[in-house]
Amino acid sequence: MVSFTLRRLGAGVVLLIAISILTYSILFFSSANIARNLLGDQATEEQIVLKEQQLGLDQPFLSRFADWFMSALSGDFGRSWFTSEPVAVAIANRLPITLTLVAVAILLTAIISTLIGMLAAVKRGWMDRAVQIGAVIGYAAPGFVIAVLFVTIFAVQLRLVPPVSTISPGATAAAWFTSLLLPVIALAINAVASSAQQLRSAIIKQLERDYVRTLRSRGIAEREILFRHVLRSAAPAGLTILSLQFIGMLGGAVIVEQIFALPGIGSLAVTATASGDIPVVMGVVLFTVIIVIVVNLLVDLVNGWLNPKVRVS
Amino acid sequence: MTEPTPAGQSGVVVRSSVFGRIVRNPLGLTAIVALVLIGAAAAFAQVLAPFDQNFSDITNTLAAPGGEYILGTDSGGRDVLSRLLYGGQLTLASALLCASVAILIGLPTGLIAGYYGGWFDSTASWFANMILSLPGIMVLLSVRAALGPSVWLAMIVFGILLSPGYFRLTRTVVQSVRNELYVDAARVSGLSDLRIIARHIMSVVRAPIIIQTSIVAGVAIAIQSGLDFLGLGDPAQATWGIMLSDGFRNVYLNPLLLVWPTLAIMTTIASLVLLGNAIRDALEDGQKIKAKRRPAGEKKPSRSAALPTVEAGTEQHLLKVSNLAVGYPQADGSIKKVVDDVSFHIDRGEVLSIVGESGSGKSQTAFSILGLLPDTARIVGGSIQFDGAYTVAPGDETVSSERLSALRGRRISYIPQEPMSNLDPAFTIGSQLVRPMTVVLGISKAEAKARALELLAKVGIPNPQRTFDAYPHEVSGGMAQRVLIAGAISCEPDLVIADEPTTALDVTVQAEVLDLLRTMQRQLGVGVIIVTHNFGVVADLADRVVVMQSGRVVEEGDVLEILRHPKHPYTQTLLASMLEDKTPMTKLTVDAAGGIA
Repeated sequence: MVSFTLRRLGAGVVLLIAISILTYSILFFSSANIARNLLGDQATEEQIVLKEQQLGLDQPFLSRFADWFMSALSGDFGRSWFTSEPVAVAIANRLPITLTLVAVAILLTAIISTLIGMLAAVKRGWMDRAVQIGAVIGYAAPGFVIAVLFVTIFAVQLRLVPPVSTISPGATAAAWFTSLLLPVIALAINAVASSAQQLRSAIIKQLERDYVRTLRSRGIAEREILFRHVLRSAAPAGLTILSLQFIGMLGGAVIVEQIFALPGIGSLAVTATASGDIPVVMGVVLFTVIIVIVVNLLVDLVNGWLNPKVRVS
Repeated sequence: MTEPTPAGQSGVVVRSSVFGRIVRNPLGLTAIVALVLIGAAAAFAQVLAPFDQNFSDITNTLAAPGGEYILGTDSGGRDVLSRLLYGGQLTLASALLCASVAILIGLPTGLIAGYYGGWFDSTASWFANMILSLPGIMVLLSVRAALGPSVWLAMIVFGILLSPGYFRLTRTVVQSVRNELYVDAARVSGLSDLRIIARHIMSVVRAPIIIQTSIVAGVAIAIQSGLDFLGLGDPAQATWGIMLSDGFRNVYLNPLLLVWPTLAIMTTIASLVLLGNAIRDALEDGQKIKAKRRPAGEKKPSRSAALPTVEAGTEQHLLKVSNLAVGYPQADGSIKKVVDDVSFHIDRGEVLSIVGESGSGKSQTAFSILGLLPDTARIVGGSIQFDGAYTVAPGDETVSSERLSALRGRRISYIPQEPMSNLDPAFTIGSQLVRPMTVVLGISKAEAKARALELLAKVGIPNPQRTFDAYPHEVSGGMAQRVLIAGAISCEPDLVIADEPTTALDVTVQAEVLDLLRTMQRQLGVGVIIVTHNFGVVADLADRVVVMQSGRVVEEGDVLEILRHPKHPYTQTLLASMLEDKTPMTKLTVDAAGGIA
């Protein structure tokens, strides 16, 4: 189990470095006109050359990457080209909002879709049909479309919640609740629709295993077989499904935050992308990838722990 | 299974009938019609649209529907209908591009990885996993930040991000058919790998790829609209996402502007998904129909209140199966019988063997007794009585799980065929032995553990404590089968049903397990039904034999009588077809005779 953990951890680090190099090269090889964009059309050649020197754009790629990488290791991700705010600070201010949004949404998704998937797998019949219809609707309505409809119906038409969020890391619990309620539901609806169907298949697959028949022949009650054996065997598949949903949600959060005007990582990413603020984009990508790697690592570890072949050896 | 059809023709035949089934499915037909209409509307936007997509009537912004502007105008005074039609062009084309890129990357790599395996497989799988762990929108945002607002570039990148889906799908399908006999046959007959892939493997991969594409196209439309909605697309081009964004910005003034692009996006994606589902349903038509009917049949037996009493004079039999028929509903509404008019009985302490080749209905008969038939199976005739009471009364459609759950484990137990797959890999062997005893016998965990250790020793396991603590993957197949035998006798049943208990084992282990079964049976005096295709096992253990062929009993009688003078030609063929014709036969016959004497 220890060597398994170390292997996964190592793979995560390799992935992180690979992605940093890739992102850095795409972003920084294309930053040719950035000084002119920053200074505007009135700037003279000298001012532009000076600005490029300030930003370090005149250095060769490798030395730029090495500089960036070494400072990143010490927690310094540079400053925004537009606001001069340190990237690490900008992200630290916004991360709690995005993480809360996504974590609550994935928790809700996990609970609801497991319940629905289980019921559909065991009862079949109409429950099964409902799950399939729900999956079609879930696919057909992308998260941001649902979010737009939510804002239109609940905030603009019915005025039940404020259309624009009022949260910041220091806001009251009530403000967090009203601000996150609709975004969380908008993210979760989509995820539930698709993962309930996948969890249903994962559970049915386990229900059809030979050992389930043998357990029945031994006089074990159906309920116990389901909760103690089948759910446990379906858990690795379920966790993998949910971890993919989680990655999808990080993307979905980008648009949903924009719609609900939530000051999270996603809206930071959109602003930085539109203005070409490369250090911020780089920082956001990196942090998102770190979150993804950590989640995948946790899922791997839990799955390893659930699998006696890995745990015992 | 089915009649062989010429390889060249089968594809054509399948395709036409699948297409027919899709069109006959109302949802499938609706989806196709909707997609054709949407596609045509987008393709002929230049002709159909009353205005250019960027024609702007500044004096008439946010106009209500009606009049010159059929669906009204947006915040820039542009005609909504025209923009909707032109928007379809870009949206559909980008979905097409994205899916094509994903297929072009995922399909060939999946084929190669699945067919050849090796280093390519592991490298490609690593890349696929890496790409899957990237949050798509973040990647698209950084590409947009680096290279500017190009829809096509974004869709190519998104296609790359979606290619692992195709890679994994293709790889799994190819791996599952690579070692099929017909692929081996093609290889032996000298076809090149390329021809085999093109001819045999592509025909299997095709359907899943089409289904996956319908979903991928929907995802691409959602993402493309999302990027445009965020204002990261090309503002000069009308798209559904840009229209949605314009509507959202004017949600207080004219919420109707939201409706049209939302409808367009949702209708298109829903049609794609429904088409994918219709294709899938058309491909697995038969199973669908079977599954649907089950709940109606299930309720009947549990409601029937008073059970009829069994026929007088038959109560003394431990088990009596009378005219049993088991069938599976088919797609066309008929029922395919796999067991038909089967009757036999077994008394306490007796060993009955049900013999037949695979597909003769012997296992289905055994599972009807245990009440462990698949969900779709139905009892279409006859009855089963155990110890003087019906478990399947005449007229019942399914085996009553209520009645059987009182018997299973307690009075009737089961030894499966494949030892490894019949133990839950997540639990120790000990806990899988202890739990049934605490449930069925109501004894404490400690008592059950002591009993389990005793049983493990009894079935010839050298170190019971170690096996008790082990997980199933830590023991051999022969050991696992001993564990399952221990489990089957742990609650002192009256009847043990063993389904091919030695088939999955090595020959040397087979003999040991048969020895064990014989010893256990004599010590405990239980009735045993052994289901097998192997007359060696029959000769070794059985007192009486039932020979089954194509779901029917063709011969029944005393073991020596049948071994020496088989009457039915099928029995004769079975006996003659035994590979080890002479030596083991004589030996085993003598053995069995010795047992009787």
